Amino acid sequence: MTETAKFDPRAATPVLTSRGHSGWLGLAYSDHGEDWVELTLPWRTDLLGEDGQQVLASGPIMSLMDMASGLAIWKKMDRFEPIATLDLRVDYVRPAREGASVYGRSQCYRLTRSAAFVRGLAHDGDVDDPVAHIQGVFMKIGGADTREVPNG
Amino acid sequence: MAEHPEISVLTPYARSLGIKLAKWDGDTPVMRVDFVEAVEGRPEHYHGGATGGLLETAGYAALRALLAQRDREAVLKPINITVQYLSAGKSRETYASGRVTKLGRRSANITVEAWQDNPDRPIATAVMNVLMA
Repeated sequence: MTETAKFDPRAATPVLTSRGHSGWLGLAYSDHGEDWVELTLPWRTDLLGEDGQQVLASGPIMSLMDMASGLAIWKKMDRFEPIATLDLRVDYVRPAREGASVYGRSQCYRLTRSAAFVRGLAHDGDVDDPVAHIQGVFMKIGGADTREVPNG
Repeated sequence: MAEHPEISVLTPYARSLGIKLAKWDGDTPVMRVDFVEAVEGRPEHYHGGATGGLLETAGYAALRALLAQRDREAVLKPINITVQYLSAGKSRETYASGRVTKLGRRSANITVEAWQDNPDRPIATAVMNVLMA
């Protein structure tokens, strides 16, 4: 007997990334599992980290991982409810390749009554050769998030 | 009026997000971003990634200012950043400034704070390590 999952990252991502910071970055759904979600960040020359160098800035990778983490948490909760980032660490192990989309995959490996623990990585095509690793903690914050998510 | 180094503190990413150099606090550049759609996460609040991007930009700006004072030139590369989110970023402008805690030969350690109404009540802090190539 399997219950039908309610929170569907594939359906929720386009809604959550239609506007705001995620919309500005152009984040899109890539893949998901039971407790993880992967999003993509398209290559854009206005997101570079230094004039004259074709290297993606680190800020957008942080945003990508923050958003993928949120979706992984909602997937693990199987519902959409307000959460806020408490702590996020990003290790930038190598620059992303010029012109490449970056994929951010985050896993919610532990959920408690008030906190959600995540870990993940960003890669530019080969998941075995990451550009960044992340670890973070999010908190449930109560109240309402007014965004309408399908089956949220 | 103090002389401030002619430094480029804004990356293409920072300019695109709408981050500006607001003012100098002594030798430290203070960065500012207005609450526009590009920084919004859950409705009426900053996205954690946008706050992180502002902190990171302020950290790099502080390092560039210090390197310029010392007549040092370097290509900066991120090693890591850890952000602590202390309270929700509300729908108004946010400021951030950094302090180079340790300037080494090859890397720098920087602490950064972001605030809205009151600099003594930061909404987020960060510690970052930057490689100077």
